[in-house]
Amino acid sequence: MDFELTDEQRDIQRAAREFAQGEFDRELALELERNHAFPKSIWKKACELGFIGLHFPEAYGGQGLGILENALVVEEFCRQDSGIGVALTLADFSSEVILRFGTEAQKRKYLPPITRGEAISAGAYTEPDHGSDITRLSTTAIRKGEEFVINGTKTFITNGTLADHFVVLCHTNPEADPPYRGMCTILVEKGTPGFQATELGDKMGIRMTSTAELSFSDVHVPLENLIGEENRGFYQVLEFFDESRIEIAAQALGIAQGAFDRALAYAKERRQFGQRIADFQVTQHKLADMYTKIETARLLTYKAAWNFDRGRIDPRLTAMAKMYAGRMSVEVADEAIQIFGGYGYITEYEVERFYRDTKIMEIYEGTREIQKNTIASSLIGKTKG
Amino acid sequence: MEIIVCIKRVPKTAEADLVIDKTERDIEKEGLVFDINEWDNYAVEEAILLKEKYGGTVTAISMGPEEVNETLRRALAMGADQAIRLTDPGFEGSDGYAIARVLSRAINPLAYDLVLTGVQAEDDGYGQVGPTLAELLGIRHVAIVNQIEGIENGRARVHRELEGGLDEVIDLELPAVLTIQTGINEPRYVSIIGIRKVAQKEIKVLGLQDLGMKLEEAGEPGSMTVVEKVFFPPVGEGAQMLEGTMDEISDKVIAILKEKGGVA
Ligand SMILES: Cc1cc2nc3c(=O)[nH]c(=O)nc-3n(C[C@H](O)[C@H](O)[C@H](O)COP(=O)(O)OP(=O)(O)OC[C@H]3O[C@@H](n4cnc5c(N)ncnc54)[C@H](O)[C@@H]3O)c2cc1C
Repeated sequence: MDFELTDEQRDIQRAAREFAQGEFDRELALELERNHAFPKSIWKKACELGFIGLHFPEAYGGQGLGILENALVVEEFCRQDSGIGVALTLADFSSEVILRFGTEAQKRKYLPPITRGEAISAGAYTEPDHGSDITRLSTTAIRKGEEFVINGTKTFITNGTLADHFVVLCHTNPEADPPYRGMCTILVEKGTPGFQATELGDKMGIRMTSTAELSFSDVHVPLENLIGEENRGFYQVLEFFDESRIEIAAQALGIAQGAFDRALAYAKERRQFGQRIADFQVTQHKLADMYTKIETARLLTYKAAWNFDRGRIDPRLTAMAKMYAGRMSVEVADEAIQIFGGYGYITEYEVERFYRDTKIMEIYEGTREIQKNTIASSLIGKTKG
Repeated sequence: MEIIVCIKRVPKTAEADLVIDKTERDIEKEGLVFDINEWDNYAVEEAILLKEKYGGTVTAISMGPEEVNETLRRALAMGADQAIRLTDPGFEGSDGYAIARVLSRAINPLAYDLVLTGVQAEDDGYGQVGPTLAELLGIRHVAIVNQIEGIENGRARVHRELEGGLDEVIDLELPAVLTIQTGINEPRYVSIIGIRKVAQKEIKVLGLQDLGMKLEEAGEPGSMTVVEKVFFPPVGEGAQMLEGTMDEISDKVIAILKEKGGVA
């Protein structure tokens, strides 16, 4: 057993920290958040330095590194700024479906622009009527000659109005029994006739990301846009979530650490009743609890990443990491606001934004309840519902 | 062009809560964040810019314990070609003069045109290593350089910023030591590509014996000065906290100034 990061991993962590500290300007973050704007110029710089998609192989524009290295970068980015961090680290969202299952031609076409900061990707799984349960979908892709014709609606799609291409989960065989055996993932490029993305509007947090509804009305795409094998779509997406949950855990971890850093500094500065609030035992215990939770989540997250990099798939481990880190992050950010008192409630002091931004960690990529179902079923055997 | 850049790993003390250690001659280092000395970061960037402009190699040198590898790796990731770490129990406790002597022994056998150092170190702020190193190497130096205009035919034109908004331009023959001021350039971020190249680069480790030095030439025995004590100066008396509204405070300030003869 070795809990030490390698020299290279520590170098990467440090480089990500220095970049985030240098570039994620506080005032800029407030402005981007207010305007619901994606941090475009910072994203471009992050790509130039090799931070985005560093877990893609070199042949596809990446750095050939692992999920753990990616998690370290995600953690540092989100620690410095929850909004910018999340927006940047979701810019390559779902590219892994192409990376793990796509054809050589698809990988060469779609992955390098993502790492170069020339394109943004998205993954469209959720539908208005099918959220946690995507074993059945309404969106269909019906084969007509040399094309698929896609019809349906997807909702809550991250990067919806920004992305250049979408990985879309559709029914190709609506008669399949069970239905999920008749699904495929298909690539759709933005601007394809019949495809439309509409921003959903105001939301609680992660306001620098786009969250959109996608509508497909007789959208024609060539058969070669099918990712991997036919009828394997549902399984690909499940496997992808196993990988992406680690990244979400790292986002939650980083945001919690960021909220903690701010709360600790504030507790040492703010004086009431003639002493620093850090001198009250109540505050000390708060800080001790917060840090213990963060470190626990870190151990789970790093272990899940390390395990994945060893070529092992362990849905229970990734679900535990994501579920625990998500819950922990909401609790830690909440407590950070408490330590700041009234100032914590004011946007300028950042922690309320960290709190709003991190709540999504318990919802997207499988809600907290769905993660618990995964964990429980691996312990007990198949659970109901 | 062969460039050597001397760098130091220092604790970031500006915003930390410092504690004096048991010897009372140093601060407690436990729990402090360490990083490259701010001036040295500019020196590394300048060295790499010169290499990119004129070709050649950059060698980063740092004296200190094994942890210094971290700082050397950072320089390598930014674009330095090789690194030397000077580590020996006998180096511990060296003052600026002794550090310059150890560095001079390491640099002497190397081929070089330029040696860059930071103007000073954030932690001890001696500001003497660069000039002393030049003396020991028997070469020219210019301190507090804020621009390297150009290098031609074995000569360099460099700028120094003086008080009163004056700029001084100096022409000097190489090899030379230049101590680099912050703000001379905009140090680049370390890239992932750069970090991945570090694995193929070597960090050579040299000790007292490798440099052919005797015990009395380094560390405390080889130093010209001894730190006797570090301490927090007692908080000055006479500070008076005024309370009240802005108007009340202003009135009190004026009253005090009048009373003490500060305003007529
Ligand atoms: C900002 C944002 C970004 C998103 N980005 C994407 C994206 O890029 N791509 C994408 O495809 N989707 C995305 N989503 C959608 C997200 O993944 C879904 O919202 C999520 O999976 C939950 O689905 P739902 O909203 O339909 O809730 P429902 O599934 O309707 O769940 C409602 C509640 O019921 C609970 N519940 C449901 N089933 C069970 C069960 N079996 N046992 C116990 N409790 C259960 C849930 O946990 C939840 O508490 C995003 C959502 C948001 C808000």
